Amino acid sequence: MINKVVESADKAVFDIPDNATLMLGGFGLCGIPENSIKALLKKGIHGLTCISNNAGVDDFGIGLMLQTRQVKKMISSYVGENAEFERQLLSGELEVDLIPQGTLSERIRAGGAGIPAFFTPAGYGTEIAEGKEVREFDGKNYLLESWLRADFSLVKAWKGDTAGNLIYKGTARNFNPMMAAAGKITIAEVEELVPAGELDPNQIHTPGIYVQRIFKGQDYEKRIEQRTTRL
Amino acid sequence: MALDKIGIAKRIAQEIKDGSYINLGIGIPTLVANFIPKNIEVVLQSENGLLGIGPFPHEEEVDADLINAGKQTVTMQPGSSLFNSAESFAMIRGGHVDLTILGAMEVSENGDIANWKIPGKMVKGMGGAMDLVASADHIIVAMQHKSRSGQSKLLKNCTLPITGIKCVKKIVTDLAVLDILPEGGFKLLERAPGVSVDEIKNATEGKLIIEGEIPEMKLEVAKV
Repeated sequence: MINKVVESADKAVFDIPDNATLMLGGFGLCGIPENSIKALLKKGIHGLTCISNNAGVDDFGIGLMLQTRQVKKMISSYVGENAEFERQLLSGELEVDLIPQGTLSERIRAGGAGIPAFFTPAGYGTEIAEGKEVREFDGKNYLLESWLRADFSLVKAWKGDTAGNLIYKGTARNFNPMMAAAGKITIAEVEELVPAGELDPNQIHTPGIYVQRIFKGQDYEKRIEQRTTRL
Repeated sequence: MALDKIGIAKRIAQEIKDGSYINLGIGIPTLVANFIPKNIEVVLQSENGLLGIGPFPHEEEVDADLINAGKQTVTMQPGSSLFNSAESFAMIRGGHVDLTILGAMEVSENGDIANWKIPGKMVKGMGGAMDLVASADHIIVAMQHKSRSGQSKLLKNCTLPITGIKCVKKIVTDLAVLDILPEGGFKLLERAPGVSVDEIKNATEGKLIIEGEIPEMKLEVAKV
């Protein structure tokens, strides 16, 4: 099997240049590539376009890269809970493209699957339909939406093997599998890294073909946004 | 008296049918889960990739890798399944989710809904709302009948940027239960306890259709 393992997050992101288009997995702070984000902060590259469902919070996730002004543009479905984001957006320092969540996930899926465009009902008749082709199928109107692809995709999984096969846990899967397929170079960080052959092939969520680099992440914080419990 | 949020949630819970798959939005819709009658089985979908949302966890069960679309920690019911976001919206757009319950800032008499953006205020994004309203066969909206400043939120036309067109079928407010008719118009079905038809008339800017006696809502569920 081809060995995809790199030693560290720093080595995994070594060639990400200024102005790159990145995809970052996660929903809220659940399933985000914590180690790769830290490595990008250290590397100090700028002008990034980040495709991610959310933009983190002020002091965690993509929010950290906003504090250091490394992000030029966010492509997301929901960007609340982030004061610095709001400040940069209102001052015009940051561009934002807001996309319905199902359209965002399907555009990324399409990017990885080689489908340049598709029709979806989401947003028909709203301001996001402006300038988009509309077509009627069986009496209902749909919008034409195009694929999204990235120079680098940064994903996070629970377990991975040296061949790049990935298994996610719980709702930390979210956007990670589609992003893994839609990146020219996909960098996966995992909590547990095992030799090829140890993971059950029946249980693999992301086949290794989509992953170019894999490393074992460290010191996962896994911050919780809304800790809700019952007595 | 006008209903509080719990009252709205209790009334909506009466609309839920045994054996259905349901997506609950953030806010009052999330509360509906607490009032689903014990004798019916439903499966709650969370668009971040879970079918079978369970109750909030006990402190020792909290798992950062298991949250709902409101980013709250949750548990899974026996028989749950997990999937990615593209699959999640495939089940939504594909018509496999039977009922969507969500909040709104405004609804128009032809079923348009506005709930994602207020001009001049920070735009947070639509999340999954546009996909949900464009796809669901059955949508129930939970909302206040009037704004804090006393303006009707049940309008002839929405004034805010809309989330989806001609999609809302039923509304439960603090004052009333109403259907939106296919030809347009809010058909008054029930009044909140102690709320008069005139109060509802005064609070509704869009076309209100009143036929015959309008009964009061029955909120206390018989003990099973």
